[in-house]
Amino acid sequence: MEFFTEFPEMGREQLRDLKKAIDAGFRDFSRTYGEGMEDFFNPLLQFLIWFEKLLLATPWPIVIGVIAALTWFGARSWKITLGSVIAFLVIGYLGMWEDTMATLAIISVATILCIVVGIPIGVLMARYDRAQAAITPVLDVMQTIPSFVYLIPVVMLLGIGKVPGLIAVCIYAIPPIVRLTNLGIRLVDKEVLEAADAFGANYRQRLFGVQIPLALPNIFAGVNQTIMMALGMVVIASMIGVKGLGVPVLRAISNQYLALGLMNGLAIVALAIIFDRVSQTYGKRLQAHRMDGKNG
Amino acid sequence: MAEPKLRIRELYKIFGDTPQKVLPLVKDGMSKAELLDKHGHVLGLRDINIDIPERRIQVIMGLSGSGKSTLIRHINRLIEPTAGDILINGQNVTQMDAGELRDLRRFTASMVFQHFGLLPHRTVQQNVEYGLTIQGIEGADAANRAGHWIERVGLAGYEDRYPGQLSGGMQQRVGLARALATDAEILLMDEAFSALDPLIRTEMQNILLDLQEELHKTIVFITHDLDEALRLGDQIAILRDGEVIQKGEVQDIVLRPADSYIADFTKDINRARVLKVAAIMEPGRKLTSGAAIPASMTIEQALTTLAAAPDGVCAVVGPEGETLGTVSLQGALAAVAPAPPADAEAAESQRYSA
Repeated sequence: MEFFTEFPEMGREQLRDLKKAIDAGFRDFSRTYGEGMEDFFNPLLQFLIWFEKLLLATPWPIVIGVIAALTWFGARSWKITLGSVIAFLVIGYLGMWEDTMATLAIISVATILCIVVGIPIGVLMARYDRAQAAITPVLDVMQTIPSFVYLIPVVMLLGIGKVPGLIAVCIYAIPPIVRLTNLGIRLVDKEVLEAADAFGANYRQRLFGVQIPLALPNIFAGVNQTIMMALGMVVIASMIGVKGLGVPVLRAISNQYLALGLMNGLAIVALAIIFDRVSQTYGKRLQAHRMDGKNG
Repeated sequence: MAEPKLRIRELYKIFGDTPQKVLPLVKDGMSKAELLDKHGHVLGLRDINIDIPERRIQVIMGLSGSGKSTLIRHINRLIEPTAGDILINGQNVTQMDAGELRDLRRFTASMVFQHFGLLPHRTVQQNVEYGLTIQGIEGADAANRAGHWIERVGLAGYEDRYPGQLSGGMQQRVGLARALATDAEILLMDEAFSALDPLIRTEMQNILLDLQEELHKTIVFITHDLDEALRLGDQIAILRDGEVIQKGEVQDIVLRPADSYIADFTKDINRARVLKVAAIMEPGRKLTSGAAIPASMTIEQALTTLAAAPDGVCAVVGPEGETLGTVSLQGALAAVAPAPPADAEAAESQRYSA
């Protein structure tokens, strides 16, 4: 009864041919279109490089000043602002300033990219049930597939460097903002929407006047999640040539440098906490008008 | 009476997957229960015909599930009819394309909702401006017009508050101001005051009546509350299970209920306060001596004068003092006792023959 004890596998050779065919197919694809893709993403690369240089060339007190100002604008809280300034001072003092700036640059660009691409997709999903049905499984795959696996085609296509790293980060980080934009719009009070219809609002007036403003708290939760997940990808992205705090962490793993790994890891944590607190308090302030007075 | 502003003609609404397929069955008289049972479709409205005169308040009354909210949403086509016509100023709403329909909603008919439907992220001022923004009116013009209506509904000083900071009654004032600000000639009010507590509700009714005195809009007012219907309505249509079972003037419905269902409805109301002398007078007869009672007076107000009159008979006069007829104390007392429904005799004889 060999059939039951041994799984009826595909023939070894056929399997090898299948894999080969897929590899060859993708290799041909990347040879033909790889350059086009690179050109396509070039503006993004230039922007990323420019932003990173800007952060590094600016004297550190100004950078900290700007960060403090942004934190204050977002959170309107002395505690969070002061905490952020201290965190950056400690990071700089411990010699991680340059890596932190590189990470900051890629996280910012990745977040902007995710917002620009993700929100329209979310809007589309909220408008058409079919779009939702088609896109949801794609998001599931993007979120659950081990990140190393999609690094392979990205690297094959674009080589090693900042752009493939950025794309890898975005693939991992974009699902929350898409999902929460969709959810937020779908959760908008039907009565309010009916009122908009009854006054003759067209699709654009409905979307920008009612749906997006009312979905904003949810959309902001999505932005927050996206930033957190992007930070989580920093170490993996450093494997394909993204500079930043991930590089020393990787070095620490291969050489068993405990202190180095710990310091850089904690720097990532500090960034994450700052981003999280600022974006969360900002999101809460957005819906302040709904907090006071719940009657009616 | 003026030419009807708004006519609803043979309107049907069936909810379900294939309403057109079951429509003939409904037209042949299949009952709501049978339709649901055999075909899985819900009958929303059946053969609705209502003529709504210009500049009057038409109340549509019914209990929950009677289809009244469905009906009002057909007027601006928030719900698509299965069959039938809705004519506004002679234009058929059911034939309108998307653009015409938007214009209808923007300029001709505005709406007030039971749960207000205000935009929580906008201030009172911005909410009242909403309809104007949709029309494309911005800036100072919109602000002035909105400001005017905010003042008219008594919300001056609250312009910068958010709806969440206001009480229910105040929120509905915002809803009313928003609907009035578009200058639409038709006002659709879907149980607009039902979510408010009784005192506030009376207050809002007063505001509406005061405004109507001056604005003379064509108002379609939905309610489940008979007192409200009698107070506001120039005309009332009563809806049950998606059908109009009686329509007419307020006095008519109270004095001559079409069936026991409506009689039941009207039996608890204070008839002396609702009925007008005009509805119970004997027309034609002239009486020159004694006190005269204006025809628009309620029986309650007339009673003292009647009781003081020599043989309990008074002349009834119109608005210009012309004599219209007479009214007697007995007549007034008889009218205050609940009237039997038109189908009472039939029901009675059925009971005996069974």
